[in-house]
Amino acid sequence: MTLTSTLKAVVATAALVLAAGIQVQAAGTHPATGEALSDNQTFTYRLLDQFPTLDPQLNEDTSGYHVIRDLFEGLLNQDANGDLVPGVATHYAASDNNTTYTFTLREDARWSNGDAVTAHDFVYAWRRAVDPATASPYGWYIELTQMVNAGEILAGEKAPAELGARAIDDYTFEVRLDEPLPYFPAMTTYATLFPVHRATIEAHGAQWTAPGNMISNGAYVLKEMVLNEYHTRVKNPMYWGTDNVIIDKVTGLVINDVNQALTRYRAGELDHLEPLPPGQYPALKEELPDEATSVPRLCSYYYTLNHTESGNPALRDARVRKALSMAIDRDVIVDQLLKGGQWPAYNFTHLKTAGFRMPDIAYAGLSQSERDAEAKRLFGESGVGDLTLRLIYNTSESHKQIATVIGQMWKQKLGVRTKLANFEWKTYLNIRRNQEFDVARSAWCGDYNEASTFLDLLTTTHGANDGRYSNEKVDELMRASKTAEDPSAIYVEVERLLADDMAIVPIYHYANTFLLRADIKGWPYNNVENNWYSRNLYRVAN
Amino acid sequence: MIVYLLKRLAVAIPTLLVLIVVSYVLIYAAPGGPFDTERVLPPEVMANLERKYGLDQPLVVQIWRYVVSIVTEFDFGPSFQYKDQTVNEIIRQGFPVTLTYGAWAFAVAVLVGVSLGIAAAVRHNSFLDYLAVGVSIGAQVLPNFVMAPILTLVFTLWLGWLPGGGWQGGQWSYVVMPVIALSTSFMASIARISRSSMLEVLNSDFIRTARAKGLPRRRIVFGHALKPAMLPVISFLGPAFVGMITGSVVIDVFFATGGIGQFFVNSALNRDYPVIMGVTILTGALTVLFNLLVDLLYVWIDPRIRY
Repeated sequence: MTLTSTLKAVVATAALVLAAGIQVQAAGTHPATGEALSDNQTFTYRLLDQFPTLDPQLNEDTSGYHVIRDLFEGLLNQDANGDLVPGVATHYAASDNNTTYTFTLREDARWSNGDAVTAHDFVYAWRRAVDPATASPYGWYIELTQMVNAGEILAGEKAPAELGARAIDDYTFEVRLDEPLPYFPAMTTYATLFPVHRATIEAHGAQWTAPGNMISNGAYVLKEMVLNEYHTRVKNPMYWGTDNVIIDKVTGLVINDVNQALTRYRAGELDHLEPLPPGQYPALKEELPDEATSVPRLCSYYYTLNHTESGNPALRDARVRKALSMAIDRDVIVDQLLKGGQWPAYNFTHLKTAGFRMPDIAYAGLSQSERDAEAKRLFGESGVGDLTLRLIYNTSESHKQIATVIGQMWKQKLGVRTKLANFEWKTYLNIRRNQEFDVARSAWCGDYNEASTFLDLLTTTHGANDGRYSNEKVDELMRASKTAEDPSAIYVEVERLLADDMAIVPIYHYANTFLLRADIKGWPYNNVENNWYSRNLYRVAN
Repeated sequence: MIVYLLKRLAVAIPTLLVLIVVSYVLIYAAPGGPFDTERVLPPEVMANLERKYGLDQPLVVQIWRYVVSIVTEFDFGPSFQYKDQTVNEIIRQGFPVTLTYGAWAFAVAVLVGVSLGIAAAVRHNSFLDYLAVGVSIGAQVLPNFVMAPILTLVFTLWLGWLPGGGWQGGQWSYVVMPVIALSTSFMASIARISRSSMLEVLNSDFIRTARAKGLPRRRIVFGHALKPAMLPVISFLGPAFVGMITGSVVIDVFFATGGIGQFFVNSALNRDYPVIMGVTILTGALTVLFNLLVDLLYVWIDPRIRY
C-alpha cells in the first residue's frame, strides 16, 4: 500500500465514521413527544406563485409571509391553535386602557450574524414601514394598528421618528396607540411588524434580501433563491431556540399548474401540496386518507349587490335581495361543485373566526324548499316582473361554474335572467370598484383573526365596500365595537342587521384542502389562519 | 454589402423606439394599475407607491425617463411585482434558462424536421412519406400544453427517470422534457415546409437536367436540391428561433424552469410595466437581429440575391 492510498483509506474511514456519527445524532427522538425521528429532516412544499418579496415591511402576500415567518421573528408568535406565544418578546403589559403596550424582549435573541436583537431593531423596522420613502403597500396595516402618528407619517405630514413606538432600553419596547385596540398584540405576528437588520439594509439597499446578503433573526436563514423556480432555507444556528428546531432544511418549489404539482407530489418530490385541484378532494381523501386534509380558511365567498344608481333599481328593494339570496341552494355549490369541506354561508363572518358567536339567522334555519317558497313569495310581493341582472366574475373555471349554477337557480325559481361577464383580475377590480355591475363575485379574507376584519367592510366608508352598501346602524355599531369590552354581542347584532337587509349574498365559507405526507408531524391543523412555522414540524421515522 | 448592413442597423434603432413607445402606451391604457388589489389602498399609501416608481408623472415624462435610463445606463428599471428584483436581474437570471432549452429545442426541431421532410419528399408517396407526414401531423396536433403533462406522467410518475420540473442550473435531466415539449410542434412545421419545398425543387427543370445527366440521387438531393429547398425553411426559422429562445409560458409554467417565457403573460396580468417592457424589448431586438441574419443567409444560399 502506497502512502497516498493509505491516506485515502484513512480519510475514507474517518468520513464514514463521521457520517455515521451525524446520522446517530440526527435520528434520535422528539424532545417532547418521544417519537422516533427520521434521519431525513427536510421539508419540501409547493408554492403556487413566486412570492413578490422577502422584505418584511414590503410583503403583502401569503406565500411570502410563509417564508418570512421562518426567516424573521416578531414580538409574538402563534402556536398550533393560533394563540399567542412568546417570540422575541417574552411577555407584555397593556396599560392606559389598552392604548399603551410595553413588551419585554428576551436577551438571548440574536441576528444570524451574532448581533443582539434589541428594541431599537423594532423601532427601526416599524418606522421603516410607515416611511413614505419605503412606500410599503402594507402601510394601511400600520394605520389599522392605530399607532400614534402612523397615518400622518404615511401622508408625509410628520417625520417617521414621531411614530408611537420607542425603545425604553435595549430590551424594553413601548407602543402607544390612538385608540384602545385589544387585539394589538395579535397584530404583531404579521410580517410588517417584524424587525429588520439596519446595517444590512443600509449596506445593500433593495438587494438586501438576496441570499448571502440577508441577515435575519428567525429559526431559519435564506440559503438559495431562484426566481420562479425554488428557494431553500436552512436552520439558523444563532436562533435562540435552535436546539428545539428539528427540520434542517426547507425547500419551496414554485409550481403554477396544480395538476402538474399533484403529479410531482405523487412522484415523491413534495411533502406538502396546497391547494388541491378543484373538486378532487373527495377522491384524494379516499385514495390517501392519511395525507389529504381540509381545514377552515378565514375567507368568505359572497356576491356583492350594487346598491347605487348604476345598479338595477330592483336591487334597492330588500325583498328582491332576500329572494335572490334565498333562492340559492348553497348545499349544491358546496357539496357538488367545490367538494373540499367548505361550509354553506348565510352570514358574512367566517364561522371559525376566533371569539365569533354564530348569530341566529332566520333563513339559515329553514330547509331549502322553505327558502325557495319564501323567495318566491318575497319576489312576488316586490312586484318586480321582468328582471335581468349583469353578473360579473373574475376569470376562473370555479367562479364560472358557481355563477352558471346560481344563474340557473334564479331563472328556475324566480324567472330572473342573468348576463354573465368575466374579466381578468386587474380589469375586474377596476370594473367592480366603479360599480359597473348588478351582482359581482367577491371574497374577503381576514387580515387578523377577529370578526371586525369582515364586518368593517360593510360600513359606509370602507374602501372595499364595492356595492356601496350603507346602513347608519351598522356604521354606528361597528364604531362602538372598537371600544367595547366584549364586542362579540355587537357583531351578532350587525350580522342580524345585514341578514335582514341582505346587504350582500353570502355563499360559502372557505376551507383549505391540502396533502401532507403522513410522516410529517407538528402541522397546526387548528390554526385557522394556516400560519405554520417550519420550526414546529418534524419527520418521524417510518 | 457593408452599406446594406449599416442601413439595416440604422433602421433598427427607430424601430425599437417605436416599439417602446407603442408598448408603453398600450400597457398604460389597460384598465387597472400595478398596485390595485382586492383591498383599496388608502390614498396616502397609493401616493407613496406611485411616487416611488415615478407613476405620478405624466405619461410622456414616464416614457422619456424610461428611454433615457435605458440609453444612458442600460437600466430597465425595478419590477413593480417582484420588489426585490430589477428587470435587468430578472432577465439575467431567466434568459439563460430559456436560451438553453430554446436553443436545444431548436436544434432538435431543425435536425429531425428537415430530415423527415427531405426523406418524405425524396420517397414521395411511399410508406416513408406517409410515416413522416403522419408523425409531423401527430406532433402538430400535440401542442406543448398537452405534451408537457403527458411527458411528466410517463417519465416522472411511471418510469421515475426524470424530475418533474425545476432547472437546477441546467442539469441535463431537467432540460430533457422542456426540450421535447417545446420542439415537437416546431419540428412538425419544419418537416412540412421542407417536404413541400423539396418536392417543388425536385420537380424543377434543373433537377430534371441533373437526373438526365445520370447523376446519383444522393448528389442530386444534397448537392443541388437541398440549398434552394431550404430557402422557405430559413425564413420560417428566423422568427421561430427568437420565439424559442425567449421561451414559452407553457414550458415555464409546467416545468417550473424559472425562464422568462412566463413573464410575457404574468407581467401583463400583474401590470408590471417595466417587466413587460423588458421582455418586449428583448424579443423585439432579437427579432430585428435574426431577421437581418436570415437575410444575410439568403445571399449565401441563393447567389441570385444581391443587396
